[in-house]
Amino acid sequence: MTQRANPLIHVLLLLTSLVCLIPFWLVLVVSLTEEKTLLRYGYSFWPKKFDLTAYLYLIQDATPIVRAYGVSIVVTVVGVIISLAITSMLAYSISRSDFPLKGIFTFYVFLTLLFSGGLLPWYLVYTRFLHVQDTLWALIIPGLLSGFNVLIMRTFFANSIPPSLIESSQIDGASELRIYFSMILPLSLPVMATIGLFVTISYWNEWFTSLVFINNQDLYTMQYLLNKTLLNIQFLAQVTSVAGGQITTRPPLESIRMAMAMIAICPMALVFPFLQKYFVKGLTIGAVKG
Amino acid sequence: MTELAMTKPVTAVKRKSVFQAIWKYKALTALALPGILFLLINNYLPMFGIFVAFKDLNYTKGIWGSDWVGFANFKFLFTGNDAYIIIRNTLLYNSVFIAINTVLAVLFAVILNEVKNRYLMRFYQSAMLLPYFVSMVIVGYVVFGFLNPELGFVNKALLEPAGKMGISWYGEAEYWPYILTFVNTWKSIGYLTVVYLAAIVGIDPEYYEAARMDGATRWQQMTRITIPLISPVIIIMTLLAIGRIFNADFGLFYQATLAAGALKPTTDVIDTYVYNALLVSGNTGLASAAGLLQSVVGFILVVTVNTLVRKFSNENALF
Repeated sequence: MTQRANPLIHVLLLLTSLVCLIPFWLVLVVSLTEEKTLLRYGYSFWPKKFDLTAYLYLIQDATPIVRAYGVSIVVTVVGVIISLAITSMLAYSISRSDFPLKGIFTFYVFLTLLFSGGLLPWYLVYTRFLHVQDTLWALIIPGLLSGFNVLIMRTFFANSIPPSLIESSQIDGASELRIYFSMILPLSLPVMATIGLFVTISYWNEWFTSLVFINNQDLYTMQYLLNKTLLNIQFLAQVTSVAGGQITTRPPLESIRMAMAMIAICPMALVFPFLQKYFVKGLTIGAVKG
Repeated sequence: MTELAMTKPVTAVKRKSVFQAIWKYKALTALALPGILFLLINNYLPMFGIFVAFKDLNYTKGIWGSDWVGFANFKFLFTGNDAYIIIRNTLLYNSVFIAINTVLAVLFAVILNEVKNRYLMRFYQSAMLLPYFVSMVIVGYVVFGFLNPELGFVNKALLEPAGKMGISWYGEAEYWPYILTFVNTWKSIGYLTVVYLAAIVGIDPEYYEAARMDGATRWQQMTRITIPLISPVIIIMTLLAIGRIFNADFGLFYQATLAAGALKPTTDVIDTYVYNALLVSGNTGLASAAGLLQSVVGFILVVTVNTLVRKFSNENALF
């Protein structure tokens, strides 16, 4: 059927797409507008006076941003690696129908989706028991494993790895660990990519753990630095006063603020078109069955 | 056949002695252990910690040493106006979100499915997914770009040229139910659309062929085939959302409002209330009482909803 879609449909979808994209355009334009113009005319969708000062300011002494970027990258990379390892190991073991603890462990994972202790007990465990506040671990540990991801992976293992494959390797004398590392992992690249992508996004976008556990400015993640600068322009001035050390004029705080947001969006916006396929695939895996 | 023959002895061993079997599978147990340990710390310890709600938590005395106060924390929570406001807000916001998101997502999924041009389809999908992809902090920036009282687009470019006074957005609570509903839809519609689109793509094309032979119009195909066939997915997604109706999206209510105190009457939800009680005003009693209430009601809702899902479609039930 080469029937063309109704033009009304395209109009509606185009409008919706614009509504989704235009807000980002506003942020971009503000970051590229001269400060005085901003202060006089306010934010607008077209730069009345195009200007790169905000970015130059940020580049000139980029320490706070580079540090925050570094923290975000370290947390994301370490978090994703550990997360994929422990998620897949747990998911694999409970996917094996001959594993005697399968039922208990599955229920154990499952119960965490139903009931939670709430914020206060959770907070107390991390601060009074693990003592991780103001360490990188406070940013890494909470996101390591979600029961939901374990169950998605378990479904994948159970459905797409034939039990006979495992049995024949056992007959050939391969140990369980050997089977897991040299057979299961290579076969599970699609689900690892999908879950890996989800976990990467959630680590990169995470700001709540910083808000709750981090006071040390050296450990601010990019999102938390953004959060701080949005809520508190004094904080932004303080960050940029280091940056503007050599320049005598007042730093263009309004445009710097939006420029920082653009810098934080950049990595995701750049990889997004390439990862979208996996992302959509992952959404549908996750949606069809937890 | 060979498969069956292979697994039988294994089950026989299992019957003999559980411990022997576990020992035999020690490698798999070891693989599971890090994840099990993580859940113990991150999920189970807090679950046991809910008794804090019945204590007057005193850090110098320690969690165990603090005095039991029975239901005092709950009494305190319910004597003020707070409990009413946060429960009302949480339930109202989530109900509105569920209704609007479901209707719009199904609509967009259906019409996206009509787009036959692959590139356009990919473009629409990407554009709609982008907000879902960025952090709530960025969403806060975007909202601020429009609503900043001194420089924001709405005040400076829309209201001022029209000769109206700019609105102090972060000081006027009445507008926020609309703003937050819009922001929530904007951020989450792409995700839900993709979920429903996947369900639509999964429909057997033969239904449509048969319908066309019988002379069904596009509209009829949509209302008589597409919607009925994806309705199980719609029902289940909706029921799952209802199961979470007592949990607000903390990021939305905290970041989009810039945590402005003046907005509390219309934007304070259970999650922001617990956060504030715990980390801003340091009132652990209130935080623990509200938190426990949320967990217990949430649990009851999830279990109820699951029973309902089971009624509709057994295979989609969570447990």
